[in-house]
Amino acid sequence: MRAVCWQGVHKVGVEDVPDPRLINPRDAIIKVRKAAICGSDVHLYDGYVPTMMRGDILGHEFMGEVVETGSGVSNLSAGDRVVVPFPIACGNCFFCEQEMYSLCENSNPNARLAEKFWGHSPCGIFGYSHLLGGYAGGQAEYVRVPFSDVGPLKIPDSVSDEQALFLGDILPTGYMAAENCNIKEGDTVAVWGCGPVGLFAIMSAKLLGAARVIGIDRFPERLTLARRAGAETINYDEEDTLDTLQELTGGRGPDACIDAVGMEAHMHGVQHAYDKVKQAFRMETDRPGVVRECIQACRNGGTVSVPGVYGGMADKIPLGAIVNKALTIKSGQTHVQRYMKPLLARIERGEIDPTMIITHRVSIDEVPDAFQMFRDKQDECVKVVVNLSS
Amino acid sequence: MAASFAQRPALDRSLGWFSVGLGVAELLAPKTVGRMIGVGDQSTLLRMCGMRELVSGVGLLSGRAPATFAMSRVVGDVMDLALLGASLRSPDSNPTRVAATATAVASVAALDLYASKVDVRSSFAEATQDVPITASLMINSPPEQVYAYWRKLENLPRFMTHLDSVKELDEKTSEWLAHAPGGVKLQWRSEIVEDEPGRFISWNTCPGSQINHCGSVRFESPPGGKGTLLKIEIYYGLPGGPMAAKVGQLISNGPEAMVMEDLRRLKQLIETGEIATTRGQPSGTRSLVGRAFSRSES
Repeated sequence: MRAVCWQGVHKVGVEDVPDPRLINPRDAIIKVRKAAICGSDVHLYDGYVPTMMRGDILGHEFMGEVVETGSGVSNLSAGDRVVVPFPIACGNCFFCEQEMYSLCENSNPNARLAEKFWGHSPCGIFGYSHLLGGYAGGQAEYVRVPFSDVGPLKIPDSVSDEQALFLGDILPTGYMAAENCNIKEGDTVAVWGCGPVGLFAIMSAKLLGAARVIGIDRFPERLTLARRAGAETINYDEEDTLDTLQELTGGRGPDACIDAVGMEAHMHGVQHAYDKVKQAFRMETDRPGVVRECIQACRNGGTVSVPGVYGGMADKIPLGAIVNKALTIKSGQTHVQRYMKPLLARIERGEIDPTMIITHRVSIDEVPDAFQMFRDKQDECVKVVVNLSS
Repeated sequence: MAASFAQRPALDRSLGWFSVGLGVAELLAPKTVGRMIGVGDQSTLLRMCGMRELVSGVGLLSGRAPATFAMSRVVGDVMDLALLGASLRSPDSNPTRVAATATAVASVAALDLYASKVDVRSSFAEATQDVPITASLMINSPPEQVYAYWRKLENLPRFMTHLDSVKELDEKTSEWLAHAPGGVKLQWRSEIVEDEPGRFISWNTCPGSQINHCGSVRFESPPGGKGTLLKIEIYYGLPGGPMAAKVGQLISNGPEAMVMEDLRRLKQLIETGEIATTRGQPSGTRSLVGRAFSRSES
């Protein structure tokens, strides 16, 4: 089959690889219909996530058709149209029982590696480094899905492939980011980054009762989408983010701040240069400019929610502000399985239209070019969907 | 098993005398030896090799820590082969003779390697049980069930990957077959000492076993009351004792990490019914290093 493979920093290629096969009883093989390139794939592309290996098949956002199931799977059958959550979760362990699926204790075969980095291991994730299991991903014609009796969600006929696709990652990720803000009627929420996750966080914050959502970015097309999703916007190329937020909130600051940017944040001035240099020399793995701003901007007693991906160490985090302002920090890989059904219902009711963020549709052969276009935000690119079969 | 025990002293003695003979010759007549083996006049180097041979030889003949001295001969053989290769660059050397010598060294090396393996095995059997391994893990299943799974000893090779088989001979005794790194096969008999259903099992290896250890596994109800807190404690015999174990840990993760991986697989089997793996999945073209890593991945 054809698959998108990581070949090194800034090198992604389409290779012919063997078809996947069932390995464990609870596996299923899915014929991928649509996949997407995620913002977090850019961190792999740029080489900031350790333990990637040449030949790793990428992709953790995909949906398709079941072609084969293992002997332990009774809730799926060939022909079912399903969307697959990016965290691989067993459904049986301490964390899965509490619906904290991204903390599954049994799905990362390389848990010992992750424990060395972080003390404890999260779940395994498709196509996202050997630290997170080394599972082959879904930017391919076929993919093996472990614990397929727990993850994949059947899609009703009334919902299209494209409408369902983002239930596997970015829609629940944006939603959980907003849910983590503990929003009360009338709250103001600021969202850094109006990419796919930021846009879904804006929509979700609105749905959860925020009176006012402020989106922060510098690309006009993304700010336009943010306004369409119901946000006011700040273009940080033109205005100072912190000053403007102070002004908009009468000096109090937003009740909650969401970092939908992650480890490769673009900032202005000395701070950006400082983090670029430290990251280049591997003195920090992550550039935490947005986390710093969120902490600084957030009102006393407020919440900072971090759906953005960070991998290792970051420098100059204003811990003093967290303590003295009594902030709550919430984060985590998304417990996708917990949110898929309720969000599918919202899509069916027309409350959310996930397809509004799609700007590009490509074939698998165009994926290497699409990676570069998406990373550099050329051609007003916001979200790339890869058509594999239909 | 009995045969391999008997072979050891005879082979060690022969290799020991061979070492002493070669060592004396290299020390007293380095020039003659140099001409014979084709390396020319390398007196100082050959005297040093002679000293090394004497140490290994006397060590082997003494019968103390035979594994260490047998291994020292293997290391010596590798050194000799490297020196022979290097000597070809010298104008004094005689390539035909060097080649013949290298062949001879290689055949002795094979014998040395065999002897050291046999010795390693028997010295494992003789060492005192003083190197500890402890590990613990939470399992989301009641203590009675985890105990029952463990107590059926035939289940153990399903999650202890170094075990080839366990056969229960009667209520208490069982026969174990395992493989150690480097292709060494190990065999031992184990006897259950204490057995409290649902709570505790302890065991000890029987005399004559190739690997010598005692241990216990505890199935506790954790403070929250849900699941099992499994605690394992093993004391095993290692030639060189706890010091050697510490040195070993500098080189590799050691047995503690191995036991931890075993427990993780047990947890996965009990909780999910299968062991999470990526073995057998497709990938694009790997680099050389990548291929080696993929093989080691579980």
